[in-house]
Amino acid sequence: MILGFLDRFRKKDPGPASASKADRGLLLFENTSEVIRAEKTLREAGFAVRVVGPPPEVRTGCDLAVEFPLIEGLHIRRRLEAANVPPLDTIPVTGPLLTPVDIFQVKDFGTHLMVRAANMKLTVEKATGVIVNVSGGGCPDVPYLAARLIGHRLDAAPSPREIGHTLCGYALGLAFEEMKTRCSPS
Amino acid sequence: MLAVIGTVPCPGVPVTEGPAEVSPQGMAVGGLQVAPDRGTPALLGAAAAACATLCLPAPFAFLVGDEGLGHGSRELYRHLTAVLPGRRFSTLAFHYLMPDVMWHDKVLFAVEAMPERPRLIADAGFMYAAKMSGQAASYDLFTPDAGELAFLADETAPHPFYTRGFILHEENRVPDLIARAYQGENAATTLLVKGGTDVIADATGVLFTVDGPCEEAMEAMGGTGDTVTGMAAALMESGRSAPIAARIAARANRLAGRLARPNPGSRIAEIIDRIPQALHQALAEEAP
Repeated sequence: MILGFLDRFRKKDPGPASASKADRGLLLFENTSEVIRAEKTLREAGFAVRVVGPPPEVRTGCDLAVEFPLIEGLHIRRRLEAANVPPLDTIPVTGPLLTPVDIFQVKDFGTHLMVRAANMKLTVEKATGVIVNVSGGGCPDVPYLAARLIGHRLDAAPSPREIGHTLCGYALGLAFEEMKTRCSPS
Repeated sequence: MLAVIGTVPCPGVPVTEGPAEVSPQGMAVGGLQVAPDRGTPALLGAAAAACATLCLPAPFAFLVGDEGLGHGSRELYRHLTAVLPGRRFSTLAFHYLMPDVMWHDKVLFAVEAMPERPRLIADAGFMYAAKMSGQAASYDLFTPDAGELAFLADETAPHPFYTRGFILHEENRVPDLIARAYQGENAATTLLVKGGTDVIADATGVLFTVDGPCEEAMEAMGGTGDTVTGMAAALMESGRSAPIAARIAARANRLAGRLARPNPGSRIAEIIDRIPQALHQALAEEAP
């Protein structure tokens, strides 16, 4: 049974023995000093990080970068900003040229407005500005964020970018900001 | 027995396991009250309602608190790798968990060491990890929405947040994205793509579509995709194939929505309450 399972792993080579790096990202900094400070900050906070060389296609920052768990990027970026070592950029290891989704889809239900960013949707009751639903996503901060946002007015709700932790939280933050823009008096 | 594995949005809740006990006071697992309002509790609530309707034992649940930092998810992963090789479950449904490739692979090894290999369903964060790990084909059913299908179809994307724009723009071309996901070996044996039209597919292409009844408000409601996955898991546990289970679940979810008459601010519990009636109707429609 185990051999059959291993065969499945062989069908698609997940890469080097350190396992697939598909869930890793790179934090890019201006200089080596910042890289060292960022690595220390994140290690002390318990994150699985390490210093690596960035791929050749990356043209920003210095010759070192910090490899980090990509999904936890929102939380990590906040930690680094608090430590005064914000990264220049964050990129996925598997696709250094990939950029975050910047497409918003808006649906008007008449009484309610829904904004979608990437895999996250936020819905507001137009008459009151109250957030009535959050849907989509797959990271575990989504249900947490939904519980914190639903029932609050847009202008009184905490920003998902402040209290979220993952890329889903980041995407919900984008939807939240877009909704605020659309609902603000012009 | 069906087991549901995921998180609850309450930091500090330790790894908790047990059958989902539904009573007039609500749902509880191992003494933990679990409100089926969104996420894994919504999936579990739907699965419990469907299992009761199908005269199956209540689903078992492995839960942990995680507000998105990943600590709870990793505790649960550690627990699963320790206990699964000694347990017997016939269907496992993985849900809201921190996507982590290393832990995903460890859990999959533990599943393979179980006395009998269960049918495997993945949705939400665990589906993301399954795709990233390159082991999607080990699963019997993925239940993405249209945006997540685009992520599965984009072989380079490590998360839906990084799906390339030219693929996202093809969201209305679901069959093409399904084909692309299978070409990249980034899809389970069966896909249930949840959307305006629900699409059930395998590597040969689209098998079924389900498009009625249509309650537009359900798109805005958190948990409507979770209830479909929960019902599909229960239907697979009843012995139905993944494509048939997916078709019945998609139809029953829509019927439950029609019965609940939701608006975009409605709560998912209103849909779950209607599942027994809706599932009975969907099953009756399937009868020859």
